[in-house]
Amino acid sequence: MKILGIETSCDETAAAVVEDGCKILSNEIASQVEIHARYGGIVPEVASRQHTLSIIPIIAAAMTKAHVDWSDIDAIAVTYGPGLAGSLLTGVNTAKAISLGRGLPLIGINHLEGHMYANWLTDKTPEFPLVCLIVSGGHSDLVLMRGHGDYALLGRTRDDAAGEAFDKAARLLGLGYPGGPVIEKAALQGKDNVALPKARIKDSHDFSFSGVKTALLRLVEEKKIINANDAAASFQNTVVETLVGKTVSVALEYEVKQILLAGGVAANKALRQSLTAHSPLPVIIPPMTLCTDNAAMIAACAYYKSQSGYKSDLSLDVVPGLKLA
Amino acid sequence: MKLHTYNTEETQALGKSLGELAQPGDIFLLVGQLGAGKTCLTQGIAYGLYIQDYTLSPTFVIMRELHGRLPLYHIDFYRLDNITEISELGLDDYLYGHGICVIEWAEKGADILPDDHLLIKIKWVSDTERAFEITARGDRYHKLLEKLRPAIKELTKD
Repeated sequence: MKILGIETSCDETAAAVVEDGCKILSNEIASQVEIHARYGGIVPEVASRQHTLSIIPIIAAAMTKAHVDWSDIDAIAVTYGPGLAGSLLTGVNTAKAISLGRGLPLIGINHLEGHMYANWLTDKTPEFPLVCLIVSGGHSDLVLMRGHGDYALLGRTRDDAAGEAFDKAARLLGLGYPGGPVIEKAALQGKDNVALPKARIKDSHDFSFSGVKTALLRLVEEKKIINANDAAASFQNTVVETLVGKTVSVALEYEVKQILLAGGVAANKALRQSLTAHSPLPVIIPPMTLCTDNAAMIAACAYYKSQSGYKSDLSLDVVPGLKLA
Repeated sequence: MKLHTYNTEETQALGKSLGELAQPGDIFLLVGQLGAGKTCLTQGIAYGLYIQDYTLSPTFVIMRELHGRLPLYHIDFYRLDNITEISELGLDDYLYGHGICVIEWAEKGADILPDDHLLIKIKWVSDTERAFEITARGDRYHKLLEKLRPAIKELTKD
């Protein structure tokens, strides 16, 4: 079964063709990072205009690269939330038009669920039950997955998402955008010698990254940061230790078989290495290109959903605040 | 009007009173440094609007929409540096809509925001203490501020 996936929830316009939920035939992405770098982050209106320009060429490129034509495609999968309303609309309306015009089934996919399914595109097959840490610009979620489509949210951020904390720290330290990669690069040249607080929330698996951001700001204001690279290394370590510590303890508490990592921040090498080093359980981490937003994960997720008979219809609408569970 | 809060609960209580008094179309502009407590105050406003969900920072997405007694449009100009970028956002649907607009880093967009609003300046005093200065612009907000006074008296009585 070949599924065309479409993803436009944030600043990447992406299309992919995936066979049977695990074999990537093509995975095309038009990134807006350069456009948004000027603003220090995504600007919703600008993003949706760019999606409108890129969507048709990207779908055409995905079809060509996969060496398929419309008669080979069995279903259209599209992200309908969470994300920016204007951006999501471009993808959803394009998918609906193709579904109507070509008479293909339409499958609406939750972007966060899609991120988790990037793990099914690796050479390992995840085993249930498992815990997945989804970390991105807008999310820091700990999800218990007991089977396909069976999720429980165990913890989440109460203020800033991990990716957002990286963006703010990068800005405070004058390192630029996007925050994740620039902090990671600076951290390689620095030492973890700046004391920063780790938020501990009692009786909860929730995260909080607002305090570490404020602490860093105070240090910058009081001119106590002598070396931005050291501050970047300390900040990155603090966030990574918090993420890894909580994920491992939750995984042990729920007696799962595996830990999965997903989302844009999962591209951070320090996080990948630390989780692998500290987990007593097998860890699956998708390759970097499948951690950041892409459409292959959307098509993969749609395959498993379609196996249980799930599909959408033309009344599918965008849900910017869509939840996982 | 000026007041101090001495912990996050008090800051949220102030926000909750504001949320309870809020009416469709209200605009609250928040001004204060990173870590001043703008999102914390907004969490309180959300409680006052009976919003069940967490109020997360909108910096990354610029706008988060929450639903309670009234819609809350939680907007953040932190990452935007000039007026063109802000006017390109297409915010009018929110600013002149039927929900409550809470705008963090509002000073960056002062020129394109409505003249009538409630301006809330927050200053960091110490790790726990914050100084608030609340100013009303226009009839609606003078009335709102009058109604807020008893709640503030209650909050600061100890």
